[in-house]
Amino acid sequence: MVVLFYIFAALAVIAALSVVAQRTPVYSALSLIVVLCSLAVVYLLLGAEFIAVIQVIVYAGAIMVLFVFVIMLLNAGREVPSHRSRMARWLGAPLVAAFLVEILLAVWQQFPAGSTRPASSLDAAPAAIGHLLFRNYVLPFEVTSILVLVAILGAVVLAKKEF
Amino acid sequence: MVPLAHVLALSATLFVIGAAGFVFRKNIITVFMCIELMLNAVNLAFIGFSRYLGNLDGQLFVFFVIVVAAAEATVGLAIIIALYRNRNTLNIEDLDSMKM
Amino acid sequence: MAIFSDTGLLLLITLIKIAVVVVVLLTTIAYLTWLERKVVAHIQARWGPYLVGPHGLLQPIADGAKAFLKEDIVPLEADKVLYWLAPFLGFTLALLSIAVIPFGESFTIYGHTISFQITDLNVGLLFVFAVTSLGVYSIALAGWSSNSKYPLLGGLRSSAQMISYELSLGLAVVGVLMIAGTLSLRGIVNSQAGFWHVGGINTFLPHWNIFVQPVGFLVYFTAAIAETNRIPFDLPEGENELVGGFHTEYSSMKFAMFFMSEYGNMVTVSCLATILFFGGWHGPLFGPYALRVILPLFWFCAKLFCFLFFYIWMRGTLPRFRYDQLMAFGWKFLLPVGVLNILVTSFVVAWISSS
Repeated sequence: MVVLFYIFAALAVIAALSVVAQRTPVYSALSLIVVLCSLAVVYLLLGAEFIAVIQVIVYAGAIMVLFVFVIMLLNAGREVPSHRSRMARWLGAPLVAAFLVEILLAVWQQFPAGSTRPASSLDAAPAAIGHLLFRNYVLPFEVTSILVLVAILGAVVLAKKEF
Repeated sequence: MVPLAHVLALSATLFVIGAAGFVFRKNIITVFMCIELMLNAVNLAFIGFSRYLGNLDGQLFVFFVIVVAAAEATVGLAIIIALYRNRNTLNIEDLDSMKM
Repeated sequence: MAIFSDTGLLLLITLIKIAVVVVVLLTTIAYLTWLERKVVAHIQARWGPYLVGPHGLLQPIADGAKAFLKEDIVPLEADKVLYWLAPFLGFTLALLSIAVIPFGESFTIYGHTISFQITDLNVGLLFVFAVTSLGVYSIALAGWSSNSKYPLLGGLRSSAQMISYELSLGLAVVGVLMIAGTLSLRGIVNSQAGFWHVGGINTFLPHWNIFVQPVGFLVYFTAAIAETNRIPFDLPEGENELVGGFHTEYSSMKFAMFFMSEYGNMVTVSCLATILFFGGWHGPLFGPYALRVILPLFWFCAKLFCFLFFYIWMRGTLPRFRYDQLMAFGWKFLLPVGVLNILVTSFVVAWISSS
């Protein structure tokens, strides 16, 4: 069971590298979908079954469809290599690696692998999430729905063709 | 059970990969996708902590992050479409001035 | 059975179930093509296939052989990876959603209880919706990778149609969820056992959700027909409108896979309609134990067959929607009706549970 986490974690990392490394935006989008689906499996292994399915339905099934549509509509082709300075690439890669090592050290110091207590049992059934959402978090819920309405209006106005 | 440190390490790795892509890529849609990757890394950290503290609030926050990411993606892509219509390019090196 | 460990036995039983379900599903899909041709033909006052085998019953086998042996043409400028990925992805997803559908009660053999379901997730219904959401990619990628006008238009239109009607599909079942109180498909069917009792008197009406959620059922079934790209919602793949839509540039095996995934989605959506609104496998039970185990399966398949027949009947009868009419119908009519249904159902459920 636990080995599944490492398999899907490795898959997520490989797909994330593919998102960043692919030259064609369509392949980047497909790699991002693979990342989202493998993260959904990881959420399932961490006990968040409702969030896992919501991630696939909303994130991988709707938001990424939007991305893929826009890429197809704008006919985004292969990316041309940059004609600016190469200094960014030579300096950048070591700095990124240093950043990663620094974060991992901070995490390791705070939570050494041997000291985790066994995870407490979590009732992550949709009913429990619904109770929490509509009682304690009802204000953020309503504000988020207004936010989504504003986003829809904004998108319609921005992307409309001028006649 | 998966140690919390491993979950956070995965989250950190995905976040740094997303940040690197955000800084280095030239196509604006790919940059946007790297932002989504960073958001997902943060979601994973939330779920990991929710599991290990036995608190459902983390999962609820992920729910809100997903919804807000949807709204943000909608508006962002609409802006990209409007930008493409005016400047006819998706390369951020050519999109560096607000003058037409 | 003592030579197998518990996990090993579970794995073995699950693998057998998967094999049986996949074989039965593929045969169903193949004979659905035969049924469609026969029924549409009879609606149009002609005979349909009758030469190959008695009443044309061997026609699907002949079609399968033809599909395998046809020349496989790939357009020159097509994106090779996506061109190959799209039909296989669609087919895999069509088979995947059958994993949570319950077909009957469980039975006990040699002390082990085996249920007629590959796995019972407690978010089973959402799993089916997740797989349906991912199915949009197969069509969008097929249209894009063919690198040609008609497939691109057909693919984009079809994807836009599918994501629009997914919303109504989801909203239509919320009423059922409020009544059943669970997202597990087996739980939803179990909540429909028995008969309706009004004020203590037994009306001999089965406790099916169709009698309390008629609007929900209509919204669900309309959205389901639009999801599976069937007439009257099949403009993106209609022959006389868009040449072939997203599968214009596909030939032989990959073309056959698109059709198999379309029929597979039809079967899944009809299974869900049976489970959510018509009581699943509940029906009159009689006879010895072996018969009691097989009868629920029979009732489920009978109800499923009615839905598939209704799908084919509509194909033979109705004209298709124009694309703007289709999108307007989905967003401006079906979505508000779905939301109203949730509103009314929630009031009634709250009122009944408080009194």
